[in-house]
Amino acid sequence: MAENEKMDQNSEKKINRRDILKGLATTPILGIFAYDFYKKKTLAKLKNKALKTELGLSDLSSKQIQSTYNPGEVVKIGIIGTGGRGTDLLKAAGFMQKNSYDDLYKKAKGNDRRAKRRLQTFHNQDMINVQVVGVCDVFDLHAERAIDIASNGIQPNGESINFKGVKRYRRYQELLANPEIDAVIIATPDFHHAHMTIDAVKAGKHVYCEKAMTLTEDEMYEVTDAVKKSGVVFQLGHQNSKNETFKRAKEIVDKNLLGKVTLVETSTNRNSKSGAWIRHLDSNGNLKPGSPQTIDWDQWLGNTPKIPFSLERYYGWARWFDYDTGLAGQLFSHEVDAMNQILGFGIPKSVTSSGGIYFHKEGRDMPDTFQSVLEFPDREFTMLYSASLANSRSRGRVFMGNDASMEVGGKLKVYANHDSPRYKSKITNGIIDPSDPIIQYPETALDIDGISSATEKYYAERGLIDTSIGGKNMDINHLHVKEWIDVIRNGGETGCNIDKAFQDTVSVMMVHKSYVEQRRVEWDPVKKRIV
Amino acid sequence: MSEVKGNYTKPQFYILLLLRLIIGYHFLFEGVNKLFNPSWSAVGFLLQSNWIFSDLFILIANSPTLLAISDFLNIWGQILIGLALIIGLVSRYAAIGGAVLLLLYYVAYPPFIEGYTFVDRNLLEFLGLIIVMLFQTSYIIGVDGLLGKVRSEKNG
Repeated sequence: MAENEKMDQNSEKKINRRDILKGLATTPILGIFAYDFYKKKTLAKLKNKALKTELGLSDLSSKQIQSTYNPGEVVKIGIIGTGGRGTDLLKAAGFMQKNSYDDLYKKAKGNDRRAKRRLQTFHNQDMINVQVVGVCDVFDLHAERAIDIASNGIQPNGESINFKGVKRYRRYQELLANPEIDAVIIATPDFHHAHMTIDAVKAGKHVYCEKAMTLTEDEMYEVTDAVKKSGVVFQLGHQNSKNETFKRAKEIVDKNLLGKVTLVETSTNRNSKSGAWIRHLDSNGNLKPGSPQTIDWDQWLGNTPKIPFSLERYYGWARWFDYDTGLAGQLFSHEVDAMNQILGFGIPKSVTSSGGIYFHKEGRDMPDTFQSVLEFPDREFTMLYSASLANSRSRGRVFMGNDASMEVGGKLKVYANHDSPRYKSKITNGIIDPSDPIIQYPETALDIDGISSATEKYYAERGLIDTSIGGKNMDINHLHVKEWIDVIRNGGETGCNIDKAFQDTVSVMMVHKSYVEQRRVEWDPVKKRIV
Repeated sequence: MSEVKGNYTKPQFYILLLLRLIIGYHFLFEGVNKLFNPSWSAVGFLLQSNWIFSDLFILIANSPTLLAISDFLNIWGQILIGLALIIGLVSRYAAIGGAVLLLLYYVAYPPFIEGYTFVDRNLLEFLGLIIVMLFQTSYIIGVDGLLGKVRSEKNG
């Protein structure tokens, strides 16, 4: 070393071994890096490969790329019921109110992330080539708004509509009598669904009906008969069949990755006035618009008991059993549809419901705390449903198999069960960690920001708003309406056709009946009646 | 190696060297990891962009060509910057390049928009690279030093 230093001094300008050493001193780090990286990669690969082989998952991660959409001839539609939900469905069909669009556009320009996402999602919609030619609503304000949307709204391609042929009908029968109309969207309160659907199919119109399909059991049989006899294309508004996450969930169940599923548990949890259907007041506590002069109250009441005009009932009808089946029809119906899609269980053998009005005492029939147990002894499993309108903690939607459990909402996660016979060896040798999901979809989870409204956040968490297809955020309402229009044009089956709608509705009716009659109800498969 | 390192005391020098190497290692790892992950793309990150330049980032995300260019530049930028910092070759320019990249990541998605503090890892690493740029070590330990020697030998 001493000699080296001496050499250094003697030849400052000559390159010597020491200079080279100093010049390259850090290059061995690259070797360490390579080893480090290789080790991590192979370990991850090994884990992944072992898992994938074990799970038979190779095709699960393949992304669906949408081909260019090519609509056919224009489908002319009428819409009956143009309140909040009707407006959503108009948007799903490609009609957005100019004011709302401009507002959203302005917010998006001002870097509101939620507005940007919504705007982009609207622009991602396909142009499905439908024309709204008829509008029917008992409330002038809502009818006029819908006419404005259908005449001057904005389409997903960003262009204005400029269509002068939209007609308002005071009565839905008059709308149905228009031979020009091919198909109708029914988005009225639930108690009008049945007679409107029956009249529509009798008039030969294809029907998109919001859930719940009917108010009563008898109506359920009548609607089913009428639709089946008619041959029209029917779609019930359970749009979550269009969520990619639910499709993945079905694949996972079909591949038997969960083992034997004996228990599924689902819940709906809300904690807001609007979420509890107290909706007649605006955010400042003032009454929302509407009066006996602007709302055809008699027509709205239909066959229900004649009572004086009530804005509270007009906006919050779901709270009373005269108009709705309460939580059964409003929220449970989506849950049972999601579960039925994934598991294909059909109709339960028996149902027991219970609950009460423990929190929202302002006047209602709908319970705010509600439980239902659905038994499927032939399929050897039980479905539990639990609802709260006084706490919005997300309790998930969980499938319990003896090998793994699966949580399904806006995201999907599968966890191997610690005591699973099938995954035991993988758990022991560290390939599977029961506390980490073995399957996750989408891999980058749908992000819900802190500023979304409570109800919107609720729907997003339940997988009821958006889905991501090939990296594009899509409104699942749009996909559901589009499927209906596509089937009208090209034939095929809708995702929630009358058979599925019937199964879902039987469950809804059983859940509701059990609560109202405070007893266990059963399905008689021979008589095809609830007993 | 008993001499004082350039203008630095020994502890100063080794800390600065360590900073250069650690950041280089991080860049190299991020770059190589993306290279070996065929499904990686900046698209998700770009789409989330939420500040004054978000229009530009979202424009890039929505254009397949621009996105491919951006992904390519990201991956190879990170790899080359990482390599350069580790072996001490053109370290100064690597540090500047790395700082620019980090600044882009920061402005694309600054934490304060979401209500967090303005300090995040990108900002800290950015400052780290500014230090690496201002207080160089590669002419003492690194290929830059060796090249300098080669040059001065030729000239001398």
